[in-house]
Amino acid sequence: MTSRWLATGMVLSVMLCTGCARRAESSAAPKATAFGSALVESSGGKQTTGVGMPLPQPVVVQLNDDQGNGVQGALVEFSGPAGVTFDPVNGLTDSSGQFTTTVSVGGMAGRYQIVASTVSKAQKKVDLKLEEIALGYQEGFGRQLNEKYCERCHNPESTPERVSNYDNLEVKPHPFSEGDILNKMSDADLTAIITHGGPALNKSPLMPPYGYTMSKTEIQALIAYIRAVSDPPYKTPGLVYAKN
Amino acid sequence: MAGNGKSGSLWELLFGDSVRAFGVVSVLFLISLAIAPAKNYFTQWRHYQNQYLKMVRGRGEAITLQRHFHGGIQQIWLTDLAVVDRCTTCHVGLKEVSLVDVGRQPFRKHPVIPHTLDQYGCVTCHRGQGAATTVEEAHSSTLAWEQPILSAKYIESSCGQCHQGEVAGTPQLSEGRRLIGRYGCSHCHTVKLADGTTLKATDDPPSLSHIADKTTREWVYAWLKNPQAYATTATMPNFKLSDDDARDISAFLIANSTPREGDALTLSQKPAEDPTAGASLYGESFCASCHAVQNAAGNLVGGDVGPELTRVGNKVKPEWLQAWLRNPRMYDPGTAMPHYRFNDQQVATLSGFLVAKTDSDLLANVHLDPATPEQIGHGKRLVADYGCASCHEIGGIKKPENFAPELSRIGSKPINQLIFLPAMPRTLPDYIAGKVRNPRAFAAGLKMPQYSFTSVQIDAITTALLSLNERSHTLPPSLIMAATPESSYEPAGKAGQLMHDLACFSCHRINGHGGDMAPDLTWEGSSVQRKWLQDFLKNPNTLRPVLIRRMPRFNLSDGEIYELTDYIMTVYQSPAIDRDSLPLAGYPQVQVEQGRQLFYSKYGCQSCHIVDTKADKGYIGPTLTQVGSRLTAAWIYNWLKNPQALRSGTIEPNRNMSDEDARALTAFLMTQKGAGTQEARKR
Repeated sequence: MTSRWLATGMVLSVMLCTGCARRAESSAAPKATAFGSALVESSGGKQTTGVGMPLPQPVVVQLNDDQGNGVQGALVEFSGPAGVTFDPVNGLTDSSGQFTTTVSVGGMAGRYQIVASTVSKAQKKVDLKLEEIALGYQEGFGRQLNEKYCERCHNPESTPERVSNYDNLEVKPHPFSEGDILNKMSDADLTAIITHGGPALNKSPLMPPYGYTMSKTEIQALIAYIRAVSDPPYKTPGLVYAKN
Repeated sequence: MAGNGKSGSLWELLFGDSVRAFGVVSVLFLISLAIAPAKNYFTQWRHYQNQYLKMVRGRGEAITLQRHFHGGIQQIWLTDLAVVDRCTTCHVGLKEVSLVDVGRQPFRKHPVIPHTLDQYGCVTCHRGQGAATTVEEAHSSTLAWEQPILSAKYIESSCGQCHQGEVAGTPQLSEGRRLIGRYGCSHCHTVKLADGTTLKATDDPPSLSHIADKTTREWVYAWLKNPQAYATTATMPNFKLSDDDARDISAFLIANSTPREGDALTLSQKPAEDPTAGASLYGESFCASCHAVQNAAGNLVGGDVGPELTRVGNKVKPEWLQAWLRNPRMYDPGTAMPHYRFNDQQVATLSGFLVAKTDSDLLANVHLDPATPEQIGHGKRLVADYGCASCHEIGGIKKPENFAPELSRIGSKPINQLIFLPAMPRTLPDYIAGKVRNPRAFAAGLKMPQYSFTSVQIDAITTALLSLNERSHTLPPSLIMAATPESSYEPAGKAGQLMHDLACFSCHRINGHGGDMAPDLTWEGSSVQRKWLQDFLKNPNTLRPVLIRRMPRFNLSDGEIYELTDYIMTVYQSPAIDRDSLPLAGYPQVQVEQGRQLFYSKYGCQSCHIVDTKADKGYIGPTLTQVGSRLTAAWIYNWLKNPQALRSGTIEPNRNMSDEDARALTAFLMTQKGAGTQEARKR
């Protein structure tokens, strides 16, 4: 008799606890009224900002159904490594199926993978991974130098304040995000080409030398920036040790 | 009884006789002796050091790392900075270059910065408790320790403790300082800097002593209610005035205004209604270099030196506008606006164009009855209460001293002196940011107005304010990097007056004084040819076609042009350049041809410059099609040898050119006399 009461009591208390936990959770996240099956990035991936700072543009993801139409009212939740904050962290998609959040990266320089996730009708988790880049002091300094000396030619995008010279050049410079090519060049190669100009590596003389204009520290900072924004990411070559 | 018996027997058991007692006391003594070493053994830092050694063991460079490792408490002790930092006890790998791939704290290598740990320690930049040896005490604000670690978001503030001027690589700090200057924070808040100077505002709030000349009471009312409704870029904050208060302040300001002496407020001609001619004169005069206007798409186009003009027709009286366009210095002697020499027809066209820039909604609901003496009196009291005269000159009202709290040490204000809002993180940066974001939320009756900063701007301002702290003021003087003071250079004589009248220094910099929108003219006399300068002042044609901001045409008289040219050519000479050391023409054809080869092949100059408008496309540097009639050969030669020596910060790279190459290129460039532009001029 007593054991039956005890068992019932335990079951009840477990239910009560889980019930409470659920309620606490749902008070933070609104209730989904619809479900989608595929998350795609609308904008906001691969952005660059300083450590601990918000990204310049919000991150927008789009939730679609099987037919590729936007789904309204589905719950999208963001998560990321420690230090990354989202405002808001979750919410329902709007009438076009989009959900927008402002992201601040963590306090350490490097790449941050953030995940947008939702649950499909079949209770399956659907994830979308995005990568954002946080620049430390050296890379940030490199970015300033890039804006001053490099970007006018190396960035094909024009803005009203800075018209790109990219299209005017016979030999096209590599945008710094072109990891496929730039990652194959060692730090020594990049230093040589920045210091002595294109001809140092048998490349176009349209790339002038900056060795008498920028200091060694500045060139290092610039390379750090180029490595930081490269896509796919640059991997430091491991140190090679002699084995006995 | 039973309990007594039991405890009695326990006592008997332990201390029954002297041998037992001695044994038990010895054991207790030994245990108590062991407490200290045990506590030491189980410390957090020892745990981290063991983890570090475990992590290092698997790496290729393990032997090097183990050799660098020192166990036990580590300390950086810098007496002159009052730094006792034990952070390196747990953060073991800070100096290990090879740990670049380690992402796990506390073992990450310190990112590259221009200073070393041994020079400045850790807390100088990161704050926190240097002497603490537990994670909690080192990083958080605890009962005994107040200073928490500084969030990475605001880390640039620490650079600003020593560097009082511009520093490379700290965009957020620089932006914060710029905003503090531009929004005139120091009009009300005194800010003494560590280099002994006092922070100065960079804005120029207009005098209100003659405001009735310029605008109507209705506009003043609407502006006071919400400055950003008139111009989104307005730097004046919103004082959240009630309708009655705005009514009374506007009544006072208008009643208090006296006519500007000598400023003839007459309509010489009716403002002309010719939008095409107006727009073209507005464009030709390059008003957009300084003034912005919202275009049809809602984007602001133009500079931010002068006020936004989107709704200027709602603001200014036509007769005032015409007087202003004729000569702005009559109304405001210190204005940054140049005195264009417009003729009456041009004044009518331009004023007609500008007064048509209105927004029918702005003043639609403003209906003010004539002001009563009580309202004017109340307005005067409000003007004193809100400290309007801190920023604006107002006839009969004294500028209040120290109107708002001093901010010289705001970056180290103790948390126990702060009042936080509910649900606000209890840290100093959060307090400062909250205060900048919404100043009136902190208590009833606060006077600080509401600014409309974005959150990025608030972070930047917070960063700049955090750099104003106790440490900054107590640093050894040798560490303080003072800001370069703005020089007080003023050109003398008649030409000096003319340059003041034309507000050359609003855009150009000479001898360390002036703006940075247009080229530095310190060595202009060595650089350009007299004939070109005269033509340019008469009709400035642009050197850089992609720029929106350009030199306006001031409609100068021949006499004025002669005066200016003469002064510039004589006074603004570089001691390093002899203008006449190289001839302007007559270079041998071989040398010119060699220069052409160098230009196109070896140096690839066409990637940034245009010589042949058909073939070259480079848009970064100035067009060189007529450089031979613009610059002196000596300047070109010296520029090619070392551009940064002639204009520091210019982006043209120094090519370390041989004398021969530089001479050949000079010869080639001097043959570019600009036949194309002469044709254009004929047309």
